[in-house]
Amino acid sequence: MSEVLLEARDLEKRFGGVRAIAGVDFRLNRGELRCLIGPNGAGKSTFFKMLTAQLRPSSGRILFEGRDITALEPQRISRLGIGIKNQVPSVFDGIPVYEGLWLAAASRHPGAEAAGIVSEILERLDLGGISDHLVGTLAHGQRQWVEFGMVMALRPKLILLDEPTAGMSHDEVKRTAELIRELNREAALIVVEHDMQFIRDIAATVTVFHQGRILMEDTMANVQKDPKVREIYMGTAADA
Amino acid sequence: MAEIRGSRGGLPERRWWLAVAVVLIAALALPNLVGEYPLLQLSVVAILSLVSMSEGFLWGFVGILSFGQTAFFGLGGYTYTVAALNFDQTTLPLLAAIVLPALLALVIGYFMIYGRIGDLYLSVITLVVTLILEKAMRATSGSQYVIGSVRLNGQNGIPTVPSLAIPWSHGQTLDLTGVFYLSVVCLAIVYVALRLLLQSRTGRVFVAIRENDQRAQLLGYDSRVYKLLAFVIAGAVAGFAGALYGVWGNFVSPDMFSLSQSAQILIWVIVGGRTTLVGPIVGCALIEYLTTALGTAAVGQVTVIMGLILMFAVVFFRRGVIPSLGDGARLLWRHIQSRGARGANVSQ
Ligand SMILES: Nc1ncnc2c1ncn2[C@@H]1O[C@H](COP(=O)(O)OP(=O)(O)OP(=O)(O)O)[C@@H](O)[C@H]1O
Ligand SMILES: [Mg+2]
Repeated sequence: MSEVLLEARDLEKRFGGVRAIAGVDFRLNRGELRCLIGPNGAGKSTFFKMLTAQLRPSSGRILFEGRDITALEPQRISRLGIGIKNQVPSVFDGIPVYEGLWLAAASRHPGAEAAGIVSEILERLDLGGISDHLVGTLAHGQRQWVEFGMVMALRPKLILLDEPTAGMSHDEVKRTAELIRELNREAALIVVEHDMQFIRDIAATVTVFHQGRILMEDTMANVQKDPKVREIYMGTAADA
Repeated sequence: MAEIRGSRGGLPERRWWLAVAVVLIAALALPNLVGEYPLLQLSVVAILSLVSMSEGFLWGFVGILSFGQTAFFGLGGYTYTVAALNFDQTTLPLLAAIVLPALLALVIGYFMIYGRIGDLYLSVITLVVTLILEKAMRATSGSQYVIGSVRLNGQNGIPTVPSLAIPWSHGQTLDLTGVFYLSVVCLAIVYVALRLLLQSRTGRVFVAIRENDQRAQLLGYDSRVYKLLAFVIAGAVAGFAGALYGVWGNFVSPDMFSLSQSAQILIWVIVGGRTTLVGPIVGCALIEYLTTALGTAAVGQVTVIMGLILMFAVVFFRRGVIPSLGDGARLLWRHIQSRGARGANVSQ
């Protein structure tokens, strides 16, 4: 049995009367690769935002490496080793690609080392040719890569990716799957995805969210066979 | 077409240092070339440019729109005046005019930034602060409003602001030319310092926060510390400018805190553009020059004409005069280059 990296205990988030997260108990082991699925509005993004202190839980606790991080500021959580790519790309539009990556690397590493990390990421993500371009002038897919790169530059222990393949071409999706497997050699990941083929490709354990709760947790094959899961996905063709 | 801007931190290029040196030397040669009146005008432009630049720095590079640089400007002016009149010396009061406004910025900045109020509220609060200070100052006409031996004089201001004593020559004060030199050198020093700051790691984080505060935090930067630092620096610069302003005219008054003064600063920055540090200086010089020129030409309706000029500037130089000129120059340069290239192809 491996060590628990992240744990959420009875986590809850209410928006007025809406219980977006209604009592979630969740565990992730060191080095694990997990997929989070669930219909629109299931609470996946809300869960991610609470893990990174972009939203405060209404109740419950979050533990990272055994340490209670529920009340910490986003920058503290980031420095403890959790990196996130949000669903809506969150990048620095008005500055060049290089500068954005450098800012990420330089938050952890001294100048010279940061520059090295940036060159490595530019090469790995094939962004070298556009390193001088303003991020805001790039296509949606490329902006996703830049955000990816910023998260990678942090060298986090846990990487959260909220719908990383949204708006990507077929090839880009394949490259993303590869990249995720590569990153998984050094870090644990939780990936929110709607693309079932993609989830099969990266061969992760799947956690199904539904109406703010965890419906089930199993392999992709078993999840797809499950009648309850089939039921909640019925009529939401876009998610299939 | 992607716009390319390759600033990657580190020290500014030698070209830039050269340009600064040339402009500075040229400016310092001016007293030999122009009369007293223009020199007086140029001095005040240099002094007001400091406030303008503090606003441009804060708004353009950190993303904090302060309506209240006048709070620090006025406080700096009064601090210098009251301290200089009380202690009968001017060097320490000049320093106090940096420290006290910086402290005020630290206190109100702390509550605004750590209280996590929105950007809009921050702008409104800075405006409220300067208006409160203005009202308070205007209400000090009674003889009971005295600090040490100095009457604050309410509406009328203090018309006896001491000239700067030259520390190393006993009893001598800075004359008109001296004030000009001092203002220009201070402007150059602050400009260079801010530019170096912006090119440092801290400065690059400022820009990151302007672009996306949330992302900066998710990268591990405590954006509140950086914003507060920037706010204090801008407050200190504005305060220092306030003291120089007092020295320049031997006069401070509650108008330094006023809404119209505060609006002026924003207009300078909007006209000059806030994406460069030079922009706010040029904006200030341009507007001040036009105001004076229109005033002397006795056209009347100076305000209306200035309003039209502002509208013109906003419509035709959307990013401000200096950035737009920069864009224009780049376009022209590319045009020339591409024509050159075509010419070469034809001749082959
Ligand atoms: N800031 C907010 N204020 C109010 N309600 C919110 C807020 N954020 C999310 N919600 C609600 O919480 C619920 C969960 O939203 P969330 O974005 O977490 O779902 P999701 O699983 O990420 O959905 P999707 O697949 O569409 O991204 C939804 O009902 C949503 O409307
Ligand atoms: Mg979502």
